[in-house]
Amino acid sequence: MNPSIVLGIIGSTVILVVLFEMLRRRHLREKYAVVWFLVALASMTVTIFPDLLNVSARAVGVEVPVNLLFFAASMILLVLALQHSYELGRLEEKSRTLAEEVALLRLELDQRLSPPSEPEHPGGSATSPEDGR
Amino acid sequence: MTGTREPRSRPQRVLIIVPAWNEQDALTQTLQDIASSGEAVHVLVVDDGSTDSTATVAADAGALVCSLPFNLGVGGAMRTGYRYALRHGYDAAVQFDADGQHDARYLSPLIDQLVDHDLVIGARFAGEGVPYRVSPARRAAMKILAVALSRMARTTLTDVTSGYRAANARAMRVFAAHYPAEYLGDTVESTVIAVRAGCQIGQYPVEMRVRQGGVPSQTSARALLYLVRAGVALVLALVRRWPAVDEDDAVEPTVPTAHQARTPHRRHDEPRGEQP
Ligand SMILES: Nc1nc2c(ncn2[C@@H]2O[C@H](COP(=O)(O)OP(=O)(O)O)[C@@H](O)[C@H]2O)c(=O)[nH]1
Ligand SMILES: [Mg+2]
Repeated sequence: MNPSIVLGIIGSTVILVVLFEMLRRRHLREKYAVVWFLVALASMTVTIFPDLLNVSARAVGVEVPVNLLFFAASMILLVLALQHSYELGRLEEKSRTLAEEVALLRLELDQRLSPPSEPEHPGGSATSPEDGR
Repeated sequence: MTGTREPRSRPQRVLIIVPAWNEQDALTQTLQDIASSGEAVHVLVVDDGSTDSTATVAADAGALVCSLPFNLGVGGAMRTGYRYALRHGYDAAVQFDADGQHDARYLSPLIDQLVDHDLVIGARFAGEGVPYRVSPARRAAMKILAVALSRMARTTLTDVTSGYRAANARAMRVFAAHYPAEYLGDTVESTVIAVRAGCQIGQYPVEMRVRQGGVPSQTSARALLYLVRAGVALVLALVRRWPAVDEDDAVEPTVPTAHQARTPHRRHDEPRGEQP
């Protein structure tokens, strides 16, 4: 057997096993597992049927088939990395909002537990219980 | 839309928001300064994950203290402050640095200006006192930003990076929903957001002092970074879409107010796996 095929099969199998194990231990959510599962499956397919690569390379006019593989792989990784940055940004915004809320709640709680020691305000009392207009 | 504005009265209930990050050395003096300004205001110190005794110092000085669980930067601190101000029915909020660089003598004129502006910036290069010293690069950046924003706001703005600014309820509503988090971009971007939300911007000349203690977050090495980030913030703020901040009462804080939160309500998307 061609050593590169063996390598490809071992690689994809390892990814699949790790994916399965992480899912089983709930270390990975399904929505993220799907895309990695597809990646592993695709690389497995290409190793077992290398002709697929040759045919598609010829079809799109790429001279060296491996270049098509590298191109596809780097595009997939780029998209995944981008998606993760997007998710990260959303998470940051959410945790920022939560942090702000926690701080406000803590202040609210302090004010309710200890009698209000706020300075008098000329324009009305700022500590009326029904504030929040 | 901006032509016919009914004259407003001077804001009565004013909250001073003091973003503070490890400012225990300067804070007491700053708070004393505000107290002796002659303005009857409430002071909210937003302690932004400080590792020193900023919160204790602020509480001892009689200020309201809001402690963020971790450092969010000036933007996070300010949005927290604006949300507090809105929920507690303040008419205006003034951003005031903890480090003692802002002079409380200008509180009164800044608040005065809110009679016919939604947002008033305390500007350093508007002719008052000794010129504020900054590096040439930063100065150039500030100049470019000032020109660009002046055109947008259709008024003369000479110092859009100043953190000394007063906002009325209208601007507060905008900021409570959309205050940017990025440090160094926050002042510029928030000004653009206010302009785009239809706020009337004004400025008032102020003189700033040198720091009273602690360390400045602006070193000369970061001047270039400042230039780049402020420029990026400006461009982004121009091309970004801001959800529904146009008309007067369009924006409520995105979070429920204390009042609403007391009413229990069920969500459709119940969290999974919460069975007893
Ligand atoms: N909440 C918060 N405040 C900060 C942070 N960094 C600086 N500040 C506060 O922002 C104000 C201005 O900071 P400073 O470093 O003097 O900036 P500069 O005056 O623009 O050079 C001070 O009151 C600081 O305590 C931060 O990460 N979070
Ligand atoms: Mg400063």
